[in-house]
Amino acid sequence: MSHEATLTRLRDHLGADALRTEEFKGNVRAVVPRGKLYSALEFLKQQGGFDLLIDVTAVDYLHYPKAQDRFGVIHALLNSNTGERLYVKVYLNEPELSVPSAFPLWKGADWLEREVYDMFGILFEGHPNMRRILMPEEFTAFPLRKDYPMKGRGERHNFPVITRAES
Amino acid sequence: MPLEAATLEPRESTDQAYLWTLNFGPQHPATHTTLRLILTLDGENVVKAIPEIGFLHSGFEKLGEELDYNQYITITDRMNYISPVMNEIGWHHVVEKMLGIELTPRCKYLRTILAELARIQDHLLCVGAAALDLGAFTAFLYGFYQREKIYDIVERASGQRFHPSYTRVGGLAHDVDDQWIALVRDFVKNFPKAHADITRLLNRNRIFIDRTKDIGILSKEMALSLSCTGPIARASGVVRDLRKDEPYLAYPDFDFKVVCSRDGDCYARYLVRMEEMYESLKIVQQAIENLPGGPVNIDLETKQVTPDKLATYRSIEGLIQHFEMFMWNRRWETPTNELYSAIEAPNGELGFYIVADGSGVAYRARTRPPSLIHFAVFPYLIAGHTLSDVVAVLGSLNIIAAELDR
Repeated sequence: MSHEATLTRLRDHLGADALRTEEFKGNVRAVVPRGKLYSALEFLKQQGGFDLLIDVTAVDYLHYPKAQDRFGVIHALLNSNTGERLYVKVYLNEPELSVPSAFPLWKGADWLEREVYDMFGILFEGHPNMRRILMPEEFTAFPLRKDYPMKGRGERHNFPVITRAES
Repeated sequence: MPLEAATLEPRESTDQAYLWTLNFGPQHPATHTTLRLILTLDGENVVKAIPEIGFLHSGFEKLGEELDYNQYITITDRMNYISPVMNEIGWHHVVEKMLGIELTPRCKYLRTILAELARIQDHLLCVGAAALDLGAFTAFLYGFYQREKIYDIVERASGQRFHPSYTRVGGLAHDVDDQWIALVRDFVKNFPKAHADITRLLNRNRIFIDRTKDIGILSKEMALSLSCTGPIARASGVVRDLRKDEPYLAYPDFDFKVVCSRDGDCYARYLVRMEEMYESLKIVQQAIENLPGGPVNIDLETKQVTPDKLATYRSIEGLIQHFEMFMWNRRWETPTNELYSAIEAPNGELGFYIVADGSGVAYRARTRPPSLIHFAVFPYLIAGHTLSDVVAVLGSLNIIAAELDR
């Protein structure tokens, strides 16, 4: 099934005004509103044959030229039979930084979503274990946000020193 | 007194007090790098395993937002440091796709040879270390001798053994010489013997088979659901290889097979890797014998490539172009758009999601790390097996912590 056919069926499923498409160098992106993300992913998995969740990632558009929204969450999907790829994108703004988790559809979403939460502070509703994955538990900032400085905020220099006697 | 059969039965336990917790890693020889597992055990059987990661997190993706498209390869090299050159080929593959650069035939061939040597290098370590953890030390040494040969080849080409930083946007740092070609030919000639030695040591080795067969079985459905790619998915019957499905570089020119298995256990993953090395060698052989001539870099007129030393010092155009490439406010003119693309790395699909904002530095440089995705599979594979199988399953997944945590 070609991209056109997939997008037409997705548009029929979600409603004409709920889907915007973009294309760049063969990457087809379907931009859906936050409320319809799960419905779109479910439809693509069950009807569209997108059985492989390649990646879940986010972008902070704080300093991006002509950006209107703060965050974008991207689900990269792949149909393992036809090799067709589709990128489902949803834009988010503070204070509503949460999207439904794709864990019920793909088990592989588990760690990918935890990483997005860890780095951007975007919550995935319905995720079974929404904890930090790379940064320490007590870390309070979200390091890949654009307002977080490259050199950190001194967390590294203020690590509590544990002596041999205390350990 | 002979043991009665009943006492050998695994005990069914619902009593939580029966279970005990074992902390495995982060500094354990069998984890090879800094991985940590919290194992819940019933006697010797693993009931549950919780991987803890992040010990090696060093903010590679944040650094990708500071360094330009050429500089960032020094960081990508350090992701999967078992096959460093593969990461930079992957990164520049995406950057060049975004900039719309078509490489020269010679560059495509050289990159293909390096990528396939990197695949052999990676699989040798994976197979060798998996065997080492199970007690077969010799195979590991045979594998490492061949890895040294590949390091020599990489050193000859780039000047560095471990982190070569050899690719550039639009080409390579410099061309290779005849000595390099001789080294590759030599490797092609000698590797089959080492491959056969490892095969003979392990393939029918009773201990190795007992330790790996039917251990850590990953079904095709689970492999797809858990986003597996690469040899791990192929060992479970997912017939996907980006070299065939979405051909890039010079892969359409070569004759090679996609190696698959249906079993999905540790032994199948080992066999898939062994056969893939052989297929990679076939590609290297075909590429080195048909290496096209001509320049390695694209035309200077495109204003997207760093000129070589000769052009920089001997011509004014070259000097200006060199300046343009290194001044922080010039460099590349990129589209204000975003792109995901991937290559077939030894461990699976290595993709980059680049958001470009018009400048020469990526606005966001997301890596799709195969190791992260494959380590998430581990708890599903180990459940129900014994503590000693932990190393067998870990070895078959080939988790590289630097790529896992980035």
